[in-house]
Amino acid sequence: MTRLSGGLIDRSRSLSFTFDGKSYTGHAGDTLASALLANGVRLMGRSFKYHRPRGVFSAGSEEPNALVELRSGARQEPNTRATVAELFDGLDARSQNRIGSLSFDLMAVNDLFSPFLTAGFYYKTFMWPRAFWEKLYEPAIRRAAGLGSLTHRPDPDGYDAGYLHCDLLVIGGGAAGLAAALTAARTGARVILADEDFRLGGRLLAESNPLEMPAPEWIAGIEAEFASLPNLRVMRRTTVWGAFDHGIYGAVERVSDHLAEPGKRVRQTLWRITARRAILASGATERHIPFANNDRPGIMLAGALRAYANRWAVSPAQRVAIFTSNDDGHRTALDLAAKGVEIAAVIDARTDILSQGSYRTIAGAQVTGSRGRLGLRRIQVTQGGTSEWLDCGALGIAGGWNPNLHLASHHRGRPQWNEAAQAFLAQEGFVPGLTIAGAAAGQGSTARALASGAEAARAALEALGITAGLPDLPQAEDASLNQYPLWHVPGQDRAWVDFQNDVTVKDIKLAHQENMRPVEHLKRWTTLGMATDQGKTSNVTALAVMAELTGQSINQTGTTIFRPPYTPVSLSVLGGGDTGPHFRPRRLTPTHDWATSQGAIFVEVGQWMRAQYFPRVGETHWRQTVDREVLSTRKGVGICDVTTLGKIDVQGGDAGEFLDRVYANAMKSLKVGMVRYGLMLREDGFAWDDGTCARLAETHYVVTTTTANAGTIYRHMEFCRQCLWPELDVQLISTTDAWAQLSVAGPNARKLLERVVDGFDLSNETFPFMACANLTICGGLRARLFRISFSGELAYEIAVPARYGNALMARLIEKGADLGATPYGTEALGVMRIEKGHAAGNELNGQTTAQMLGMGRMVSTKKDSIGAVMSRRDGMVAERRVLVGLQPVDPTDPVVAGSHLFTKGAVQDTANDQGWITSACFSPHVGSAIGLGYLENGAERMGEVITAANPLQKQSVMLRVVSAHFVDPEGVRLRA
Amino acid sequence: MLIPHPLLGPRDSSEFSYLGDASLMDRPDGMAPDAAERFHDYVHLRDNPAGIHRELWFHEQGDRSWLVVTRNTVTHEILGAELARDARKGGAA
Amino acid sequence: MWRNPDPQPSYDYVIIGGGGHGLATAYYLANTFKKSRIAVLEKSWLGSGNIGRNTTIIRSNYLLPGNEPFYEFSMKLWEGLEQEFNFNAMVSQRGILNLLHTDAQRDAYRRRGNAMILAGADAELLDRDGVRAMYPWLNFDNARFPIKGGLLQRRAGTARHDGVAWGYARGADRAGVDLIQNCEVTGMRIENGRICGVETSRGYIAAGKVGVAVAGSSGRVMAMAGMRLPIESHVLQAFVSEGLKPVIDGVITFGAGHFYVSQSDKGGLVFGGDIDGYNSYAQRGNLGVVEDVAQGGMALMPMIGRARLLRIWGGIMDMSMDGSPIIDRTRIEGLFLNAGWCYGGFKATPASGYAFAHLLATDTPLESARAYRLDRFARGYPIDEKGMGATPNLH
Repeated sequence: MTRLSGGLIDRSRSLSFTFDGKSYTGHAGDTLASALLANGVRLMGRSFKYHRPRGVFSAGSEEPNALVELRSGARQEPNTRATVAELFDGLDARSQNRIGSLSFDLMAVNDLFSPFLTAGFYYKTFMWPRAFWEKLYEPAIRRAAGLGSLTHRPDPDGYDAGYLHCDLLVIGGGAAGLAAALTAARTGARVILADEDFRLGGRLLAESNPLEMPAPEWIAGIEAEFASLPNLRVMRRTTVWGAFDHGIYGAVERVSDHLAEPGKRVRQTLWRITARRAILASGATERHIPFANNDRPGIMLAGALRAYANRWAVSPAQRVAIFTSNDDGHRTALDLAAKGVEIAAVIDARTDILSQGSYRTIAGAQVTGSRGRLGLRRIQVTQGGTSEWLDCGALGIAGGWNPNLHLASHHRGRPQWNEAAQAFLAQEGFVPGLTIAGAAAGQGSTARALASGAEAARAALEALGITAGLPDLPQAEDASLNQYPLWHVPGQDRAWVDFQNDVTVKDIKLAHQENMRPVEHLKRWTTLGMATDQGKTSNVTALAVMAELTGQSINQTGTTIFRPPYTPVSLSVLGGGDTGPHFRPRRLTPTHDWATSQGAIFVEVGQWMRAQYFPRVGETHWRQTVDREVLSTRKGVGICDVTTLGKIDVQGGDAGEFLDRVYANAMKSLKVGMVRYGLMLREDGFAWDDGTCARLAETHYVVTTTTANAGTIYRHMEFCRQCLWPELDVQLISTTDAWAQLSVAGPNARKLLERVVDGFDLSNETFPFMACANLTICGGLRARLFRISFSGELAYEIAVPARYGNALMARLIEKGADLGATPYGTEALGVMRIEKGHAAGNELNGQTTAQMLGMGRMVSTKKDSIGAVMSRRDGMVAERRVLVGLQPVDPTDPVVAGSHLFTKGAVQDTANDQGWITSACFSPHVGSAIGLGYLENGAERMGEVITAANPLQKQSVMLRVVSAHFVDPEGVRLRA
Repeated sequence: MLIPHPLLGPRDSSEFSYLGDASLMDRPDGMAPDAAERFHDYVHLRDNPAGIHRELWFHEQGDRSWLVVTRNTVTHEILGAELARDARKGGAA
Repeated sequence: MWRNPDPQPSYDYVIIGGGGHGLATAYYLANTFKKSRIAVLEKSWLGSGNIGRNTTIIRSNYLLPGNEPFYEFSMKLWEGLEQEFNFNAMVSQRGILNLLHTDAQRDAYRRRGNAMILAGADAELLDRDGVRAMYPWLNFDNARFPIKGGLLQRRAGTARHDGVAWGYARGADRAGVDLIQNCEVTGMRIENGRICGVETSRGYIAAGKVGVAVAGSSGRVMAMAGMRLPIESHVLQAFVSEGLKPVIDGVITFGAGHFYVSQSDKGGLVFGGDIDGYNSYAQRGNLGVVEDVAQGGMALMPMIGRARLLRIWGGIMDMSMDGSPIIDRTRIEGLFLNAGWCYGGFKATPASGYAFAHLLATDTPLESARAYRLDRFARGYPIDEKGMGATPNLH
């Protein structure tokens, strides 16, 4: 087929492309579908189940049939609708869902088995014998599944996400949308007009003479005015795909899908549009009329046939027939005839219809069959019991129009059937702030679409207190549809309702027989409307057929509801580019640069990147490095960045009282200049977090949290302050990022710090264990010093404003060179805390109690504090597992965290389970692996040999129960 | 969703953390003789209404206010929001 | 598939809720416990609750002794289900892989995997190379949170959710259970602390025992009996892509973000993430979670980027205070509750139905469901897999 005259393609620009390896040429302004039709290609795909040959069915995003794999390599994009794929030079597409060639698909054998593959067939077959489902049937079904394919290669393109705000969002740039945007934008209100097409105009582009002047001319004038209005943002190639709460809409702009490659641009952008009001001017989708073998390439919607002729100057065949149940079908015949296409006949289901052109019109007739294996060759027309065959290469079906109410249903509002409009219409208020205009509101003629768009905009702005005048709109056609309700042509052969999923009228009858009559059962039993088009061209027809079978009205039968997205959205753009290393922010510690310069290995700790260990030349295994860091610290002095621990400043006259209520143990009694270990419970009584609480002044405390809980504990403390006890005089601020904090641990820690403090007395007498102070260091730098120890050594934590952290680290290492100053990372930190028996995240996992931690007595009964009451519940008091140390009987045996603990010789099952190993490491101090764990009655079992079972890794070792304090159990070192 | 922050105007709900029913502000007295029972109800039981729900949101990525938001759990319509400390002091909670 | 009976004036057993758990309960009551005069009351169409809108995963990879034996019992029922009710629910044991990204996560998964094996389930701990051998196209080389391994349960997998509902419904119907659709319970008649029957949109129905299995509507229904529950209703969104040729064999969960995925027999990638996090009965969610889930998916498996999202839907989850369910009697004699399944009720469908039927029929709990008591919160025996405490939106 060659091109027709006219159209909105740029014939001066030829674009070459390939389909299934064969080269073709189209023009700028073409879609892949129009260009293929212009090259005489009608066969474009295969159906899902029966692999029936299929051609293009529509001219828009509702397309169920013409789905292709677009592009190749890592950019391969399955299930792309040829009807909306903008042609570009070098476009490369392939047909899908076939074995062999598109014209000779080996899977088409399924069609012969169709009597066995009807709706619901899976459910009643393939169960026997039992092993066959997974070994035989299911693999075969899975291989046949899906349509297009992915390549297993990462998407190479870039994506972005952004926010937009407006007074009025106009969704759809057809007649109604243009009128609405014009009306609104002239007031100066902030307006966004979004349209999925690459060219504004919608259905105006598909009609021959909708306006008094040529439509493209009118649109060009409007676009020129739009360009002059800074308060209006026109977004072409932008699909508003979801209506969310409070006026938030999801939209995707296809920034460079019309280019061979995005180059420096992103491929697509995800927009979150917050609109005070919105107008849905999304038009309508034509419905078809199922008849026997109605799925051949060449059979399509009549309005699409007209669009291809008028906009793209192409017809799928030289000789075309129209099957209609309304006046609109005749318009297609007239337009095609005017372009020189031969009209075989217009078959109108209504009686008393006169021909509108110089071609045959058969009134009171129906199409009852078709022929043509890979493309339509002839149709059977039956009128009053007499049938004849008519030759034609294409058939346009005009069964009426369904308003596109997709977005209006996203808040689960169910449209109601309107008998006069012969269509489902949405009720106002389905989505608050969203009104509907144009064909989407059943205002299908151009004149009514224009007027309703302008009026909708005026009313929407009025609600915002903005007065808009109605613009002068051109004279436009105002034809009526005169729809006759014909839902399908009765017959014995299969008549397709849902083309992509191969659901036929017969399947609906089967669902009816099976009592799968509610629309949701119908959908699920037959898979109707579950294909990539979400049933845009099939749902209403199917439920009308069901209504006919049950004898209920269409309204009683009801409809399924559309779910977001309106049209399928790429997963890449939904991710908005926040992928790979950018998936989440990376928080760097103040000493990150220094650690990097020392060759540190980093590890992810929540959002933080922390130095895990600092390998030195010659060290070939991380254990060597970690053992060295531990021993250097225990012998000399080690320095570790502990900034990531949460820090919360607590100030005010009632700060002590407040902390008394937040912590399980008492804090009000803490002396100024001292630090206390603090345990927080959740209100349900379980241990939540631990840290230190330092009292820097009468009304000033600084508390620390674990790294993992820094955010949640701060939130909780604000909850306590604002929601529980607003009467207390206390203020909180998170200072985690404000202070760099370094742990300086080891017997030489005091000597090292003495070299940086500004004349501060660090002696044990004036600054004992658990002391704290404000001071200055390095000649005037303000700092906070805490004498606390996680490692069990003589240790301090020193805090300086974050920007000095890096320099302080370097200074301490430099000043401590002769003292053996060694940086250590999170691994050595972990080893030393296990050696000392300190709990960390593995022990404080939210399932453990103060009692299990050996801190049951810390929960004060003299005061009320968060969690205290619930911690005394029977089940928690009855808990017998407590934290113990574990050491292998054979020092060469491993100790593995996650092993379960059993009495030696006991049967290893759930009933006999006595606990588990929470943390384990190799201890250079002990000279073997060690572990911490919760063990039933552990405190009374010191010295007992138990079994640690790790059946997951087929390990079982004998462990001796010991004190959790492997290092300096008397605490001599940390008080030194 | 947009939360109408009483001080900052409408803010996207993604800036907030959600806790739950505003009754969590009515913490019982832990020293009372029937504390065990009252705490069980307070911590665990909820009206869980399908309809109007007064609930606590924390403006975590913002000014760190706890808000009491009145919202319909069926439609998600928000009927109002106030600072929790005001609600608390006003005895409305 | 089943009859459309009108309600009788009275039944021995009335199950409120014609979702998966209610239908399974009726099925086992009639077929296993040989009870009769049973009705299931469904306010809408059968299977219209979360059984009809979930991501179809079945697994028994729990940690705690209150849970794991129960879910393993459920898994064994899944393994014989299709032969049991002679209906193809497409149970497909293609494995679930929970990825881990930190050493602490590995320790926790090891503890969990061992708990599974000790309870008679299967589990394997994979290192990074083991994961790579299974799924070489995961993001190993350019990740914010590198994959360090995973916990694999090979017997886990998926089932066709509607098929499960229909198989139980058909089996119950054939055993004489009245499945009554479009019958909403509007009230409960309670006299002297004992339930006598229920008011419905189709009239009063007297009942010897009433079992409530209404998931997200638990709060609403039990309020009719004057009870407040340790449950909040939240929305969980789920997602499916367009149909694709097979690319993902089993179920995969991301351990450093909110994302899990499998591929259905029809070719759609079925995936999800976290609940939206606020109380809701709206059966739909918001955009932020959509983005969060997509980010997780793209971070973990950037090869899915060129596929398209086809549909999002939302279900109401009965989020309990410890993340674990309740199968128990109530203080009202004759009134029983099955609730609190959070977002994980699908996998429990067979065992939940069996255990609830056991309780209704014998007045004693099934051994493996013994921990699911309503008073465990008051007594201090929560079953808190995640260790999040009484904050339902964090389970």
